[in-house]
Amino acid sequence: MLRWTRRHVLAAAAVFASVIAGPVLPAQAESVLRVIPHADLKNLDPIWTTAYISRNHGYLIYDTLFAMNEKFEPQPQMVDSHEVSDDNMTWTFKLRDGLKFHDGADVTSEDVIASLKRWGARDGMGQQLMGAMGEMVAVDASTFQFKLSKPYGLVLESIGKISSNVPFIMPKRVAETDPFKQIEDNTGSGPFVFVKEEWVPGSKVVYKKFADYKPRSEAPDAASGGKIAKVDRVEWTYFPDQTTAMNALINGEVDFFEQPANDLAPLLEANENLVVEINDPLGSIGFSRFNHLLPPFDNAEVRRAAIMAMKQEDYMQAAVGDQKYWKTCYSVYPCGTPLQNDKGSDVMATGDLDKAKAALSASGYDGTPVVIMQPTDIPLLSAFSLVTAEKLRNIGMKVDVQAMDWSTLTSRRAKRDPVADGGWNIFHTWWIGADVIDPMSIAFSGDPEKGWFGWPKDNELEEARSTYANATSAEEKKAAAEKVQERLWTIGASAELGQFYNPVAYRNNVKGLIKSPVQFFWNISVE
Amino acid sequence: MVFYILKRILATVPVMGVVALFVFLMLRLSPGDPAAVIAGDYATAEDIIRIRETLGLNDPIIVQFTRWIGQLLRGDLGISIFTNLPVTTLIVQRLEPTIMLTLTTIIFTIVVAVPLGTLAAWKQGSLIDRAVMLFSVAGFSVPVFVLGYILIYVISIKLGWLPVQGYKSMFTDGVIPFFRHIILPTVTLSVIFIALIARMTRASVMEVLQEDYVRTARAKGQSEFKVLMKHAVRNAAVPIVTVIGLGIALLIGGVVVTESVYNIPGLGRLVLDAVLKRDYPIIQGLILLFSFVYILINLLIDLSYTLFDPRIKY
Repeated sequence: MLRWTRRHVLAAAAVFASVIAGPVLPAQAESVLRVIPHADLKNLDPIWTTAYISRNHGYLIYDTLFAMNEKFEPQPQMVDSHEVSDDNMTWTFKLRDGLKFHDGADVTSEDVIASLKRWGARDGMGQQLMGAMGEMVAVDASTFQFKLSKPYGLVLESIGKISSNVPFIMPKRVAETDPFKQIEDNTGSGPFVFVKEEWVPGSKVVYKKFADYKPRSEAPDAASGGKIAKVDRVEWTYFPDQTTAMNALINGEVDFFEQPANDLAPLLEANENLVVEINDPLGSIGFSRFNHLLPPFDNAEVRRAAIMAMKQEDYMQAAVGDQKYWKTCYSVYPCGTPLQNDKGSDVMATGDLDKAKAALSASGYDGTPVVIMQPTDIPLLSAFSLVTAEKLRNIGMKVDVQAMDWSTLTSRRAKRDPVADGGWNIFHTWWIGADVIDPMSIAFSGDPEKGWFGWPKDNELEEARSTYANATSAEEKKAAAEKVQERLWTIGASAELGQFYNPVAYRNNVKGLIKSPVQFFWNISVE
Repeated sequence: MVFYILKRILATVPVMGVVALFVFLMLRLSPGDPAAVIAGDYATAEDIIRIRETLGLNDPIIVQFTRWIGQLLRGDLGISIFTNLPVTTLIVQRLEPTIMLTLTTIIFTIVVAVPLGTLAAWKQGSLIDRAVMLFSVAGFSVPVFVLGYILIYVISIKLGWLPVQGYKSMFTDGVIPFFRHIILPTVTLSVIFIALIARMTRASVMEVLQEDYVRTARAKGQSEFKVLMKHAVRNAAVPIVTVIGLGIALLIGGVVVTESVYNIPGLGRLVLDAVLKRDYPIIQGLILLFSFVYILINLLIDLSYTLFDPRIKY
């Protein structure tokens, strides 16, 4: 039998101490930014999916022809210069010199055209652009043209779109992939290279600096300007557990937490080594979406009555909490954006149960039960669902809240069937501000064939959107945008539940965050 | 014995067939559609239909099933709907963390629970016995994630002794980083099994300690230690080993929570993510793998009885 001598005890203590103390590591030559992203990256193709995490991945490894600044003005990015014919029908673009893909090949007009075609097959705004496009022509390796078949006022806004699907430029061989199939080659021309060998789907993603990236000389401004990679590596580690993520940040095991839950913010704010701030000036907008095809919400007056009951403060307090992170906003476009206005928004600003009850009574509501789909795995939307249920019951509607997970909801909301056959009446979601910044968002469509779930039908709305798309002056756009908003509130397309913000949290040695609706990782250094 | 082993292995084929059919049908008949998840908020009904066609999800169920069985017979678990990577690749990526966490948990559990249960049985009715029983009840009652949060808060945040999260491979990152990262998850996951097995050990050893041969051994002057280890525990081993085997099935469920709390990229998280997203090939592949592993473990447990009780022969 082993007898413990003093030597054994000392050896065991030394081993124990080394395990607790940790290894002595050589000084790291590489600078690394360790990020907790808001979701796990499963799809690497930002055209095949609209998932925001895939979009963020795209921004790291791809580049775009134009990009939005913080005023939502499209700025040249890969493009050096462009000219527009007097009739606005021919657009000629010249690429910047020295643009290279990660495999060393030059970026050419052929790559651009193929990429835009693939993007245009999937993206709503891209489809609008392609609908007005006569042909795209590669004049030479660095010059290409758009020859429009009809006037279109959002050419640069389309190819400079900031959020999903972003018109990222890929090599032609990659862009020729069927738009309904995923790409398998992740070569881009962006400031970082995707390190596929280190990718663990659902857990870890690694990017390394692209040494041959040629940034613009301007200062970074939202998605536009110089994209300078100030770290050698960016490592995304997805945490399924928010509390563990918070603890990892507090303990210095990660540098940046993209989307901590709002209720964790006070704990993070209390830590002297951390910075907690709102980095997205637009935030997100909560939506309560009606099914316009089925009773009772096939009646616009019933929809408007329901909207009148929905007081934004109640939703925001229930779902978000701290008033630092939300505000009321009765414009369909996020407050603080150029198109914000108050046309027709009285209905949303009502927030009065008695008025809503009177309006419901006048609408002829016949007691048809309302099925609300409640995704219990998303706390924000679960809270929205319960608040809506209470509001509608309080004004005299019969409500059936059906609990499910988000995956089930996404498949059920695509059904146009009656409720008895698996249909629905209300679901809740949110849009990030950048996605509802103008009338072209699918959320504002009045075309039930091509529009968003809920399928409102309103020709006047579609005309106003078309007017906006074809408008060439800021005044015309503003007028059209106001008309769109007026129609949306008149027909009661959706209820908007408030504008809320998710803070970011990071160690105080992290510098250079860019204020933007999308999280970018260039310009960030770890000191 | 060899014939017995072969018979058991052959018997896994129909069992796996039933599992395959069951899991396939359960997934296809459950609500939720991966195409709708993929298509996202911007999707039109046409987008979803098109994605379903591309993924082969619009084919008749019998066609989909036949296609999948054909792949299985070729050793191909299919391609993940979301990542477009082979399911086998995803499983191999995640295998090591789960195996290591499971192994360390089992070893730690046995090393702690068996002596604890034996001690409690030996000192039946004493303060030690009561303490072990109290621990057993508490250990079985505290949810895994609560214990995890407490350990992280105390050990990692307040004392700074060990990291909060993550996994380091013994083979690529070194032994010390491996142990530093595995200690807390192992302890967290072990507590419930220590509680279960300590209690089972106590009950089994207590029963054996009443036997005539134990009285005889004592009467012949054998030390208490030898009486316990050579006679009592060895004869009580069969039911203890059975419970350990059953516990491994529970371990799979506990691993999911522990991997989420400690951010360990293992199979537990892989299956959880796949279920939430309805990534059918991953769910199917993993359930088959878990079923096979469980059948194998039961076979090994049954074979181990021959080590503890020479009267058992196959």
